[in-house]
Amino acid sequence: MKRAVFRNPWLPYVLVAPQVAITLGFFFWPAFGSVRLSFYRASPFGDRLIFVGLGNFQRLFADAAYLRSAVTSVIFSFIVTLVGLALALVLASLANAKIRGLALYRSLLLWPYGIAPAIAGVLWLFIFHPSYGLLPYLLSFVTSYQFNWFLKGWVALTLIIVTAVWKQFGYNLAFYLAGLQAIEASVLEAASVDGAGVVRRFLAITFPLLSPVTFFLFTLNMTFSFFDTFGIVHAVTQGGPGDATSLLVYKAWKDGFEGLQLGLSAAQSVVLMVVVIALTTLQFRYAERTVTY
Amino acid sequence: MSRVLAGTGVVAARASAGRRRRNWGGALAHLILVVSVVVLAFPLYYALVISTQTVEQATSVPPTLLPSTRVLENYVAAWQKAEMGRLLLNSAVMALSVAVGKIAISMLSAFAIVYFNFRGKQIVFWMIFVTLMLPVPVRIVSTYEVISTLGWVNTYWGLSVPLMASATGTFLFRQFFRTIPDSLAEAAQLDGAGPLRFLWSILIPLSMANIAALFVILFVYGWNEYLWPLMVTTRGEMRTAVVGLEALVPRGGSELPQWNVIMAAAVMVLLPPVAVIVFMQRWFVKGLVETEK
Repeated sequence: MKRAVFRNPWLPYVLVAPQVAITLGFFFWPAFGSVRLSFYRASPFGDRLIFVGLGNFQRLFADAAYLRSAVTSVIFSFIVTLVGLALALVLASLANAKIRGLALYRSLLLWPYGIAPAIAGVLWLFIFHPSYGLLPYLLSFVTSYQFNWFLKGWVALTLIIVTAVWKQFGYNLAFYLAGLQAIEASVLEAASVDGAGVVRRFLAITFPLLSPVTFFLFTLNMTFSFFDTFGIVHAVTQGGPGDATSLLVYKAWKDGFEGLQLGLSAAQSVVLMVVVIALTTLQFRYAERTVTY
Repeated sequence: MSRVLAGTGVVAARASAGRRRRNWGGALAHLILVVSVVVLAFPLYYALVISTQTVEQATSVPPTLLPSTRVLENYVAAWQKAEMGRLLLNSAVMALSVAVGKIAISMLSAFAIVYFNFRGKQIVFWMIFVTLMLPVPVRIVSTYEVISTLGWVNTYWGLSVPLMASATGTFLFRQFFRTIPDSLAEAAQLDGAGPLRFLWSILIPLSMANIAALFVILFVYGWNEYLWPLMVTTRGEMRTAVVGLEALVPRGGSELPQWNVIMAAAVMVLLPPVAVIVFMQRWFVKGLVETEK
């Protein structure tokens, strides 16, 4: 532990003041406000708030549209995370060799990190466009099924899943490649000499040794797909068709900002808070063991 | 192990097989990485191509995958149609202030936490930690109240200041400051340098690599933030570029959508953060590794 070197009765408070002020004013106070508001409902004329206890939560969990949104979000997040990680892990394992130009590949894989989810969505929207998109055009040779995301919920969901997976793919692949480089080649070679096949080596050595990377990428991708995909939905599908792509964050925003159901929206924020607390705890459970803050 | 020792001949044979497999593995690795890079780049390539075509070419079936010559017209049209100059300026102001503000604020608090003893240090530390669990979506409704109470709706203040608290930045600097030997601060004190002088002329120069790494990550974050500017701005001229692009996305309607112009706008919006990543590659990778752990 480092010794505190400087002595000053007031300077440290001045130094932390900006951080504390922003934290209190823009994080704690609004979060507290969300929790408080979740127990209230606006009166019919919107002029005052009526205390309803857990009424908003009861309404929420009895609301078929909200439950559909929750199911869609969970399905979306798990597909994005699991498909994204599986794809990256398999490709990284196959590409794990001492080759030249890894740094260049890494650069060419990481740039999509800089693209906003909403813009990634617009790029993919065009590729999926039912009238002149490349993908429906190519699929029209194979099947007469209309891949129209304006009309079919699952196609719209596929569109936002593909966008999210694409956005995260290079990042996941780069982290797996780096993780694989850290595994001693001699371990794999010894197993190979002992007669272990490709699949067996992967299952018995590579996968377990990569589990810290997998765990880190899992929480990161879950957080991304739960919270940072708002832009994709808002810019591309707007929750539709119907409510097929109405993810939880989008619904919370829409009910609050467009529907002006403040109490109901606040209750949704509280549910999201539970999700993010769970994900952060998970992340730091693991981080505690590897880094000390 | 015993099997390895059984006969050196077998080991030699295995080893040469291994070498051959490695060469083959190297080719496979290159193949997989090249295909990944190309597939990853395709949506951006496609957007660039569309942005050089006429409306007829952009909406033709089968789609044309080669660039055309309407570059200047499309980009000028996009610039005028969306008041792109203003939107890009807003994004630049927001991204730069968020990045610089976050770095300054988190550096000051990390300095206070590492180099001073003061009452309430633990509380400050935990407060900063808890902000990780309060992302924008969990404070949707009440945040707007705070911003409008302050009169910060449609201002650069509202766009940037509330995002300046940073747990990751504070942790990063705290980690780094702890690796700096105490003797340095003691020597500075003997030379009569106060804490601020020590921060300014020793700590900050030593932290340059960390500052650069954090800058890239935070600039990209500030530029691409979507839900926040959507909430705290209502007037078109205060929107950021990423949010402004959404207004261009055609939603039904009868006129032929100008996808070539939309893609030109998308390219302009995505270019700055991607350029920062490409040109500050080294710090970007450092930032990814340091901030996500």
